[in-house]
Amino acid sequence: MTKLVNRKMTFNTKYRQLLEFVVEAIIRISGYSAVVFVGLIFLFLMQESLPTFGEIQARDLWSQRWYPIENYFGVLPLLSGSLIITLGAALIAIPFGLMTAIFIAEIAPLWLREILKPLVEILGGVPSVVLGFLGITVLAPLVREELYLPTGLTAFTGAVLLAGMAIPTIVSVAEDALDAVPKAYRDAALALGATRWQTIWRVTLPAARSGVLTATMLGIGRAIGETMTVMMVTGNAPQMVSGLGSLFISLRTMTATIAAEMGEVANGSLHYHVLFSIGLILFLISLTVNIAASAVLFRARKRTERLLS
Amino acid sequence: MIRLSRHHTERIAFSVIGLAAVATAVPIIVIVGSIFFSGAEAVSWQFLLEMPRDGMRSGGIWPAIIGTVYLVVGTGLISIPLGIASAIYLSEYATDSYWTRMIRLAIVNLAGIPSVVYGLFGLGLFVLFLDLGSSIVAACLTLSIMTIPVIISTAEEALRSVPQSFRVVSVGMGATRWQTIRRVVLPQALPGILTGVILGLNRAAGETAPILFTGAAFFLPKLPNSIFDQTMALPYHLFVISTQVPEMPITIQYGTATVLITFVLTMNILAASVRSWQRRKREW
Repeated sequence: MTKLVNRKMTFNTKYRQLLEFVVEAIIRISGYSAVVFVGLIFLFLMQESLPTFGEIQARDLWSQRWYPIENYFGVLPLLSGSLIITLGAALIAIPFGLMTAIFIAEIAPLWLREILKPLVEILGGVPSVVLGFLGITVLAPLVREELYLPTGLTAFTGAVLLAGMAIPTIVSVAEDALDAVPKAYRDAALALGATRWQTIWRVTLPAARSGVLTATMLGIGRAIGETMTVMMVTGNAPQMVSGLGSLFISLRTMTATIAAEMGEVANGSLHYHVLFSIGLILFLISLTVNIAASAVLFRARKRTERLLS
Repeated sequence: MIRLSRHHTERIAFSVIGLAAVATAVPIIVIVGSIFFSGAEAVSWQFLLEMPRDGMRSGGIWPAIIGTVYLVVGTGLISIPLGIASAIYLSEYATDSYWTRMIRLAIVNLAGIPSVVYGLFGLGLFVLFLDLGSSIVAACLTLSIMTIPVIISTAEEALRSVPQSFRVVSVGMGATRWQTIRRVVLPQALPGILTGVILGLNRAAGETAPILFTGAAFFLPKLPNSIFDQTMALPYHLFVISTQVPEMPITIQYGTATVLITFVLTMNILAASVRSWQRRKREW
């Protein structure tokens, strides 16, 4: 009898140990999935874009004409288009986003905060096609009539909508950073006789500056990678940018070019490889932005730890 | 030059900031409100449940709705287990080593990769290299990789917020590590994980660029038969009818936008209520 129980026990323990081993192995492997995916994405982009450089010169890529039908693959118009639309979006999104974050974190009464926060989250959840659709039907006609332009589908229209996509990111990250500033800082400033605004401007904001910087960078990163909205509202004309005035003509971004042309190219053609090269550029830009943003945060955390210890 | 007193400065600064916040909030209400207002008349049971007709210019959007449901379910099947397992690793197993920092960096980067680059990757790996073709599976796999970072980071936060004492007690009573995770930590963290899952899948439901070349069909007036078929999807359908089809009635466009935004907002509200329900129910 005892023997039987014993045998059952050892079977159970063995089974448990095996189960535990298998489960832990699965968990450990899954733990590294993110690294594997980033690696795979980089690898595939490299593999599909490298043949480009066997067929055309880097000089041809770095030129001003994008006209794939006649084998002109100059990416400068697309690159400058992406940059100026992102710049326009940043000029709108950074002030409005940061001020909204300050308002929510420091100034607004509780009830208003409870309305504003979910509202900004809702904007963050609106799919980019829906914003693009509203851009075509509502914003573009408005831009055309108010600014007396031949078409409303301009870089400016795209920049306004992209600002709408960047604002939720900026607000939520910056607001978190402001929230994380210890209450003792504010109390000390107020006790010394500073007004609330002086406290915000001289104490809270400087203390949260790394988080605010991260918020700005992530917002810009979001804007430069946006695809559908810019494809729908910027007019899709690959023209060279020549200064800020170009905000009011039709342009085309790198993301929109990939989305618009990938469906029609033959797999393995030069055009196909060039589009993958543009994807690789986008991937490297987002990698740089994100690594820089997390480095800023990491340094700031180190500094806070030093100050508080 | 007049020097403002610091109280005047405060009043001016607060007014400017308050106005900026209003200028941010009002367009959001206008955006959502105008879509519901203009789309309400187009949405009916026929619109929801019928096939599109006349080159999409009349009829309904049933295949697009079903397609989006398929994509969301498929994406969930892949990304939920993988995302949660990865979060468990980071919160319960990983030590603060070089490789753990690499994982965190990879997650942050994955979350920031432009959606169209996911589309390119999906095309390169799933559609062409693994030869799945432009299909529901390829689209779901692509969307999953995009969704996973969202699930990992929210699930990890939820797991970490479970007090350490819970784990200590469980292990003290003789439970193994996995038993502790499965019976103690996971149930406690479930609502938080659920919030992350809903937010992640929400993003998958609304994205267009990753499915453009991996599985979305321009026009397909029938339901997909297998996971290797292409499918219509709501966001891509909205893109198609608002840019690619001439003489498209505006009511159908607004109707489609309304259905899509209702779908997404419902998921958002669901996530928010799970979060507040969890805060009230919490036992610690």
